[in-house]
Amino acid sequence: MATIIETKKLNLWYGDNQALYGIDSELQDKEITALIGPSGCGKSTFLKTLNRMNDLVDSCRIEGTVMFNGKNIYGDKINVTELRTRIGMVFQKPNPFPMSIYDNIAYGPRLHGVKGRKKLDEIVERSLRQAAIWSETKDCLKKSALGMSGGQQQRICIARALAVEPEVLLMDEPTSALDPISTGKIEELALELKKKYSIIIVTHNMQQASRISDKTAFFLLGKLIEFGDTEQIFNNPQDRRTDDYISGRFG
Amino acid sequence: MRKFTEILLKTVMRLAAIITCGLLAYIIGTIFMRGFRFITFELLTTQTSYLNDSIGILPNILNTIYIILVTMVIVLPIGIGAAVYLTEYASNRHLVSLISFATETLTGIPSILFGLVGMLFFTQLMGLKQGILAGGLTLVMMVLPTIVANTRESLLTVPDSYREGALALGSGKWHMIRTVVLPNALDGILTGCILSIGRITGESAALLFTAGFGLRLLSFFDALQSSSATLTVALYIYANEHGNFDVSYAIAMVLMLITLLLNLSAARITGKIKDRRNG
Ligand SMILES: Nc1ncnc2c1ncn2[C@@H]1O[C@H](COP(=O)(O)OP(=O)(O)OP(=O)(O)O)[C@@H](O)[C@H]1O
Ligand SMILES: [Mg+2]
Repeated sequence: MATIIETKKLNLWYGDNQALYGIDSELQDKEITALIGPSGCGKSTFLKTLNRMNDLVDSCRIEGTVMFNGKNIYGDKINVTELRTRIGMVFQKPNPFPMSIYDNIAYGPRLHGVKGRKKLDEIVERSLRQAAIWSETKDCLKKSALGMSGGQQQRICIARALAVEPEVLLMDEPTSALDPISTGKIEELALELKKKYSIIIVTHNMQQASRISDKTAFFLLGKLIEFGDTEQIFNNPQDRRTDDYISGRFG
Repeated sequence: MRKFTEILLKTVMRLAAIITCGLLAYIIGTIFMRGFRFITFELLTTQTSYLNDSIGILPNILNTIYIILVTMVIVLPIGIGAAVYLTEYASNRHLVSLISFATETLTGIPSILFGLVGMLFFTQLMGLKQGILAGGLTLVMMVLPTIVANTRESLLTVPDSYREGALALGSGKWHMIRTVVLPNALDGILTGCILSIGRITGESAALLFTAGFGLRLLSFFDALQSSSATLTVALYIYANEHGNFDVSYAIAMVLMLITLLLNLSAARITGKIKDRRNG
């Protein structure tokens, strides 16, 4: 397995508060990596450093390197816009734009200069199929995406992210706002998608992490405590704090 | 005793409400009763002529439209641009609050002061002639805060999740603003427009020294640099200088109808915004 993202001595501050402490990690291509840990331990922060969404936070300061395909994404000459098309993101709360389903999916491709009805139609269908929402939307592509259920909206957001053909998909608690059935669908989808994409998913749900992920990273108070094969982390954790957390003794 | 105060209070409030409504009804009633008889086709479609001894307010209707056009064309890009800058780009909190304070203060200034400043700046300093352009520019200063405030408010209600969604897809900042922020702030911008058009239509003090008193029928481009009275100014002229209150009431009725129309459309848009936010 090849490493697709590697962080080295990653430190991050919000103003004077340090939120990440010297994170060293290697994330593998075409795998699902789950990020777990108690609330406020820095999972979302870590995730957002990977596609530089933390740039939006004025007070945020970063040290260390994040290598993506061997290139430091915090180095000079990095095109953040291009980076974000190669590393897509799905948010905790489904956030489709208030436009039609079609326009939602076509947003990214249009942004990157894809024109022509036929080409766009193709991309929209392919992306919706990949996100396992084609059958539910093919007859109402012109309808507002806001009219769909939460679970459907989340899959539309996944399709929207896939439409620009990223290499990595970051997902920040993508199922925490969804019912069990929608959650199941998204988990199934993630397993399907990892054939083509690398997925990094934040979750508060231990079962979810153990069901779908290949690797698990356990964060505590801004530090990466343990990182390894999901099986090993859940069955034979090396650190007592990992053990305490996954067996529900705190957090 | 308690009950008595309650009844008293209720009566007083009811009385206040009746007086307010009564007053409004009286004003509308008088204007319509007195104005209605004098609104003729001729009045609305000709200009005042001393030779024919006839009176027409077509030039003033046109001037009002001209000045609305000029003002809005200039104020919209500036106002929306400023609002976008303040909400989406400016990172200096102090600067933002200073500018907000300044714009809010501008709203409270009596319009005659805008008239004076407009006269000094646009006609004396910049050498413009009295006319629609100088008047329009003066009104730009006057309604700019309204546009900025309404646009800003509307921009602030656009959820950050839309912005994040667009940026995460690789959108640049301006592209994001253009495609997901501004379209969703359109209703607020529209409300600001309608309020501004209302103020422009009703404004007289700021225009006396800047747009002028001219009653002649002019083309748009001629009117820009020639003294041109809007409806409100014309109302004042006919009442004050000609002692012709019949025409004034007719103009008042026209203004009343325009105001009513504008308020109705503003209410409809605000209603739509509320629906959307709740739904
Ligand atoms: N925009 C921000 N500005 C300042 N501090 C922040 C910001 N975002 C997060 N933090 C702080 O950084 C720390 C880590 O937050 P983060 O959101 O990454 O945690 P998390 O593990 O995702 O938590 P949760 O499970 O609740 O989502 C917290 O102490 C939080 O208060
Ligand atoms: Mg989080």
